[in-house]
Amino acid sequence: MKEFLYYPGCSMSGTAKGYNDSLEAIAGPLGIDLHEVNDWSCCGASEYFSIGPLRGYALVARNLAIAEREPSESRTLVAPCSLCYVNLAKTNKYVRTDTALAGKVNEALGAAGLSYTPGSVEVRHLFEIVIHDVGADAVREKVVRPLRGLKIAPYLGCLVTRPDPEKRWKAKEHPREFDRLLEALGAEVIDYPLRTDCCGGHLSQISPGMGLEMIRRLLDSAERRGADLLATICPMCQMNIDLYQAEVNRRFKTDFKIPILFFTQLVGLAFGMDAKSLGIGSEVISSRHALAKIGIEVPEPPEGEPVAAGAPAEKPRAPRARKGPELPMPHMPKDEGVGP
Amino acid sequence: MSAHPVAAPLDGAFEPVILGFTCNWCSYRAADLAGTARIKYPPNVRLVRLMCSGRLDPAFVLSAFAQGADAVIVSGCWPGECHYQVQNLKALKRFQLLRRVVAGLGIEPTRLQLVWASAAEGQRLANEIGRITEEVRALGPLGWGGAGADPAVAGTTVLPVREGAPPPAERDLAEVTA
Amino acid sequence: MNTQPVGPREKVGVYICHCGSNIAGTVDVEAVRDWAAENLAGHGVVIARDNKFMCSSTGQELIEKDIEELGLSRVVVAACSPHMHEKTFRGACARAGLNPYLCELVSIREQVSWVHSDKAAATAKAKAVVAGGVFRVEEHAPLEPIRVPINPATLVVGGGIAGITAALELADAGFPVHMVEREPSIGGHMAMFDKTFPTLDCAACILTPKMNEVGMHPNVTLHTWSEVTDLSGYVGSFTATIKHRARYINADLCTGCGICQEKCPVKVVDQVYEAGIGYRKSAYMPFPQAVPKVPVIDGPNCTYFSKGTCKACEKFCPTGAIDFTQQDDEVKVEVGNVVLATGFELFDSRRVEQYGYGRLPNVFTSLEFERMSNAAGPTNGRIVLRDGVTEPKSVGIIHCVGSRDRNYNSFCSAICCMQSLKFAHLIGEHTDATVHNFYIDVRAPGKAFDEFYQRVLEEGTIFVRGRVAEVTDALRLPDEADQDGRLIVQVEDSLAGMQRRIPVDMVILSAGLEPPHDAKETAHRFGISCSSDGWVIERHPKLDPVATMTDGIFAAGCALGPRDIPSSVANGAAAAARILGRIQQKEMSLEPVRASVDESRCSGCRICNDLCPYNAILFHEDQMVSEVNAALCQGCGTCVAACPAGAMSGTGFSDAQVMAQIEGLLSVTATGEPRVPHPLLEGVPA
Repeated sequence: MKEFLYYPGCSMSGTAKGYNDSLEAIAGPLGIDLHEVNDWSCCGASEYFSIGPLRGYALVARNLAIAEREPSESRTLVAPCSLCYVNLAKTNKYVRTDTALAGKVNEALGAAGLSYTPGSVEVRHLFEIVIHDVGADAVREKVVRPLRGLKIAPYLGCLVTRPDPEKRWKAKEHPREFDRLLEALGAEVIDYPLRTDCCGGHLSQISPGMGLEMIRRLLDSAERRGADLLATICPMCQMNIDLYQAEVNRRFKTDFKIPILFFTQLVGLAFGMDAKSLGIGSEVISSRHALAKIGIEVPEPPEGEPVAAGAPAEKPRAPRARKGPELPMPHMPKDEGVGP
Repeated sequence: MSAHPVAAPLDGAFEPVILGFTCNWCSYRAADLAGTARIKYPPNVRLVRLMCSGRLDPAFVLSAFAQGADAVIVSGCWPGECHYQVQNLKALKRFQLLRRVVAGLGIEPTRLQLVWASAAEGQRLANEIGRITEEVRALGPLGWGGAGADPAVAGTTVLPVREGAPPPAERDLAEVTA
Repeated sequence: MNTQPVGPREKVGVYICHCGSNIAGTVDVEAVRDWAAENLAGHGVVIARDNKFMCSSTGQELIEKDIEELGLSRVVVAACSPHMHEKTFRGACARAGLNPYLCELVSIREQVSWVHSDKAAATAKAKAVVAGGVFRVEEHAPLEPIRVPINPATLVVGGGIAGITAALELADAGFPVHMVEREPSIGGHMAMFDKTFPTLDCAACILTPKMNEVGMHPNVTLHTWSEVTDLSGYVGSFTATIKHRARYINADLCTGCGICQEKCPVKVVDQVYEAGIGYRKSAYMPFPQAVPKVPVIDGPNCTYFSKGTCKACEKFCPTGAIDFTQQDDEVKVEVGNVVLATGFELFDSRRVEQYGYGRLPNVFTSLEFERMSNAAGPTNGRIVLRDGVTEPKSVGIIHCVGSRDRNYNSFCSAICCMQSLKFAHLIGEHTDATVHNFYIDVRAPGKAFDEFYQRVLEEGTIFVRGRVAEVTDALRLPDEADQDGRLIVQVEDSLAGMQRRIPVDMVILSAGLEPPHDAKETAHRFGISCSSDGWVIERHPKLDPVATMTDGIFAAGCALGPRDIPSSVANGAAAAARILGRIQQKEMSLEPVRASVDESRCSGCRICNDLCPYNAILFHEDQMVSEVNAALCQGCGTCVAACPAGAMSGTGFSDAQVMAQIEGLLSVTATGEPRVPHPLLEGVPA
């Protein structure tokens, strides 16, 4: 078992309860022991930094400071939400490289009797831990119910591979790691071109005209490629695509019914766990039709409202001639993609 | 293009005298390039041209200190780019040992610095010279080889006189040699 | 310490240059002159003069006259950098009968007047610099240049257009050439191209006659499918070790009929000549006009080597030339000079993820397109999508992929703009497609280049000025629904001031040029320097573009940096001309800056032997002393500094000379006064 310091972030107990439940379920089998940091507080999301950068850094550094003194062998702080992760990682890097900023931040923390030694913890995203520390091969070995027949579009969202303060990712625009993980679960992976495109973040609330359009694109692309569902690693992305799908349909007169689940939920399903224990069934765009395709039962949602009918019919793809006039493609390294 | 402001030397302020060892292929050419581009840097550094930084005999550095240099800069091609393959790496090793030796003799490490500069880096070399000049100025004269006896400077408060000690010109030689 | 010398040993003349106002504008030249005459008399200065331009004939005559009339034995000139005029003043001394190495040029221009603005401080420093020169020159000894013979044979590394040009110039002049080429055939990248800009000459048509000339030339020994594994020696006498890789075909018996290629059952993707969009056999000649016309068998892809079966080539070969037992072999050749013409490699476009090369089938690189457009290529000249069948109705060409970009390479690759224009034109010739060129600037500097740009504009090519943000197959806007299956180029049209999303069927990436992946190893093997980018560094970027800092090694073509075919040819011819000059003189003189060992002081400790990167220091076991080979020695002086017994000295940069210069430089304070030495050190030798 490998121990990590754990910063859940606000959504894990709220809109991303499914993420939380499924993470708890699979952590053990993956060999991950998450030690929640005591008395953690808000990461500032995107809004607080626009009020004042120094305030933002100080707010985030509070969490780094309490992580530093959390009694644990581990010095690695893991966040499951992309925005929490980026805020923590960026702040950690800046206080390490900018001594003036570190001084001011520690002055602010001093008011609460806290201080942070820059660099004393390292910050990583939960997804990146699963990819690099656990590895797709180790996950494959534990799969008892492969998700064969399920077409999944891997959606990483924009923040995990960039800005990438500690340079953990080689390919940033089209990384293949999520594809490999889903393949390890036995699923059929869609070559999803918008895998690192932005979901709009909070624009869905503060500027719906733009925000909803960004969500529409993601859904449109997934539908064209015949995805049964989208897989994600970030509560914000999940919320935008799930909660606002109906609004997108209303505004753009579209008819999307693509559910979106967290990668931890899919891992749990492949490990043979039942949908309810993984928090599946509470999402707005129900995954019941998609999962029923491969024989997985999803419990009824509490309200009993009409459930979305599931993924639309497959669009035909361009024929690919094997022998014949077609020109060969350049070779792409299988696992990681090629980055700058 | 001035890298650093040049202090007026004749108002009694301390002007360090710094010797710089350059290599013919890279750092000397960088100094030439700074000249061609009219990049300004302080006049405190006087350059010696060697064919290669590997030619640097530690005795040169010690001799420089003994003859009035307040600081010495060793410069050459960047590691990996030495015109003679790897000789600058030998210069690097010598420099590291030399720094320890002079520290043991009571010379601050700031007074012996290493600067790599390729032939294209005139601006960078000028910047480094400016930086080092100011650092050495802040330290004051080394005081070896009679630099403190400079008639233009003697008698000013810039000389590093220890409290209670008489000015160097009057120091009892017997005390020093004992 | 020399402040109270026994008496001057030499008669020194000091000459201070005004260089117009370049020096005199900041340094008080007359004051330095007078100061030198007065204060350095104790070091032998008998005359100090100044002149507006010392390098002029008047200036030089001053020196010559003083040498003759005053019997000067040493000369110090304070002027510009030794890199400018050291030869000039040495020449003046030589003409007057003084050994040229008894002259020292110190820089008070690049090192003083041009870099300092305070006149008093600059003048003080100039005095110190002159003192340094005078003290140093007293320690100079007369030297004679070292003369080495020049072997008339030349090694040309690389069989592309630059190497071919150099080889033909040398061979036609009657001298032997060894050409080494890594691929089975010479021709390089130019052999892959379709047409060349701006004339639209067919590349193969102008190249193959030259390739044939090389192949048939009595003075050229061609080593293809080979590499230089070692180079030792020095200018005029290099020894190159060439490894011939096994072709598994006996070149003496092969007639080039090509039956082995036809019958070979193994077909693999040709990553080299067909740029990865075509195929070749395992037994293959890269292209029909290959020189030499001898195939090779690609061992790792050959059925016989992997499974022990097949041998179809052997069965069908009419002359029995197939020899599976053939081994690599090695030869050593003696040459006098080397031309490095190792060319370039194309930037790996997979690194720019946003452009989708490797992920999106219809994104192609420039070399892939050259092969496609070539009538002898894998599609017989048809412009088609990756499916091999469909003709594109619209094409986007992206300039500067991997160039002019801090994320990849900051430099401009020189040829891609013209290449992109050429592609636009060729697409128009082969298809009805609309062409968009996405550019930052259009670089068309050569003869008839801009006219070609105008022509392409008139042909209806659409130019969008902006760096492409992304090439994608993901539809984003609601009104793009009917573009499904196509590519979309997202770009900021900087002239129109807006973002645009332009649907196209095919995208061509004008990828930049990079040095070969093993450029640094090559540089190390040949004893030359390459820049941090990997391009070979020329001796002077303006005035000496084909020589390297290492005597005897020249470079030509893209090995030096991105350039087009006319420039590569010019480089090759220039390198050949330089070498021909050397060969014709039969001998070359080398600067006598060398180390030497005083055997009487050498204790045989051998510290010096391993310090030398040129293996120039031999050790004589019988006498237990080391000796320096003056021709191999390049004069770096590292061994001189390391010798604990002081047995090694370096001519031109001896300990005595450098120490004297240090003393001189420090003999003057920052304000121009003589430095008073510490009373303790008075009379103590430095």
